[in-house]
Amino acid sequence: MTASEVDVALSDWEEPTSNPSWRFSTLVSLPGQCLALVEIEFLKLRRDPTDLLTRAVQPALWLLIFGNVFSKLRAVPTGNLNYLDFMTPGILAQSVLFLAIFYGIGVIWERDLGIMHKLLVSPTPRVALVLGKALSAGLRALVQAALIYVLAFLLGVHLNWHLPALLGVGVVVLVGATAFSIFSLIVACLVKSRERFMGIGQLLTMPLFFASNAIYPIAIMPGWLKAIAYVNPLTYEVDALRALMVKGGASHFGLGLDILVLTVTVALLTSICARLYANLVR
Amino acid sequence: MNMIELDGLTRSFGALVAVDDVSLSIRAGEIFGLLGPNGAGKTTVIKMLTTLLPPSGGVARVAGFDVAHQSARVRAEIAYVPQLVSADGALTASENLRLFAKLYGVCRREIGSRVDDALRFVGLGDSADRVVRGYSGGMVRRLELAMALIHRPRVLFLDEPTVGLDPLARQAVWQQVRQLVKQFGMTILLTTHLMEEADSLCDRVAIMKRGHVTTTGSPGELKAALGLPDATLDDVFAHHSGEQLESEGNFREISKSRRSIARLG
Repeated sequence: MTASEVDVALSDWEEPTSNPSWRFSTLVSLPGQCLALVEIEFLKLRRDPTDLLTRAVQPALWLLIFGNVFSKLRAVPTGNLNYLDFMTPGILAQSVLFLAIFYGIGVIWERDLGIMHKLLVSPTPRVALVLGKALSAGLRALVQAALIYVLAFLLGVHLNWHLPALLGVGVVVLVGATAFSIFSLIVACLVKSRERFMGIGQLLTMPLFFASNAIYPIAIMPGWLKAIAYVNPLTYEVDALRALMVKGGASHFGLGLDILVLTVTVALLTSICARLYANLVR
Repeated sequence: MNMIELDGLTRSFGALVAVDDVSLSIRAGEIFGLLGPNGAGKTTVIKMLTTLLPPSGGVARVAGFDVAHQSARVRAEIAYVPQLVSADGALTASENLRLFAKLYGVCRREIGSRVDDALRFVGLGDSADRVVRGYSGGMVRRLELAMALIHRPRVLFLDEPTVGLDPLARQAVWQQVRQLVKQFGMTILLTTHLMEEADSLCDRVAIMKRGHVTTTGSPGELKAALGLPDATLDDVFAHHSGEQLESEGNFREISKSRRSIARLG
């Protein structure tokens, strides 16, 4: 092939960089790129939903065993809610946390396979890659939430079935899963090995869960634990869910503050993670 | 017209200089081979040119854009098929292609025809809706070439494109690579351990040793320059790298190659 033939052939190809509004078009295509990654997660879930079903076992055990026993003990002051109603939003938040906090292992796997190299060489902004992954975790969390609603209904939890409340729960679950999965992606970018990641994941989940208002109110915590609970985003997620998910539930901090804390957490973690993301393949 | 230009490109990892002052020019429409033993710095060069790794020194331009300062623009112009298997085994071929078409911003109306064209080009039209996990090694590599085609890149980087493939599958991949240049005028930079592959595919090659380029030229020129009767590219390699193949490398590189081979089955 001669040089002139090559130049002719090249002229047939699209030249995205010749577009003067390159930066603007990059920004415009960002939501579409995030959704493309979420769609892939949806296809995988549809093809193999076993992970979702096995993940439903743990919250079922918490509600059936822990919830029932503590309901009978009446040891925890839960205001106007019975204990099972009080803890159900906490168990939903817990299962979202567990799902999201181990989500980063997937990108280590993708790095080991070579998929991550290909994603990072595409012109997709790192922010879109991070948010696409995190929203994929959010999608799984929404399915998880639906399963927990079924369980809670069967156990006689007094659920709030009003549409705005249900939509609110969906938003909080999505934002909560996004926040904790990005945190998990940051850990993955730093440790880059599945073994180390699992160790750190195990180390983080229980402290995050117990230093929150998921299964007991903040009021009964000792001072040092209260301080941790106030800076733990899970506390605000549970607080919002408690107001929206069960009849008679109320938000301690106010729904506005809950959503604000979770959104700021997502924004902050996304900017950190986008900077670290390329570390995965270095 | 030079599609890839390296001028004093250097990359260090702590005290180790993996790529040391490498300068090269690769013309548009050329298939250029980067040869060298494991650990010579080939993959590090590719990682810098594909913007995965920032250079420690020197300049590199791909399709006219600086890899360090215009990395997003470089990424829009290139495709990369890493040594590791980069197609998602849990998806079908057409799902893999659609994902990358969307990530590369291919117009929604065009995605269907681009996917069909790419699959037809690599001869996977009949297997488009099969989950990739069930593909043979050769089919996976052909799918990866199709994925590299979807956004009409100007430059394609192939890192050990036929590692782990049997001779027939290898021939099929070579055929596709030649076709990419012939049909689309793509510029291709590939790394390989196989001298037969370099001899058969590459217009020019560069041999690397411990981060340096020791020689550059067409396989024919390099063989003739040795002055030996019936010299092969293996002889050229041994002469310029100063050692036999596979004498270097480390645990990580060997494990990466073997992982790819295992996945390609």
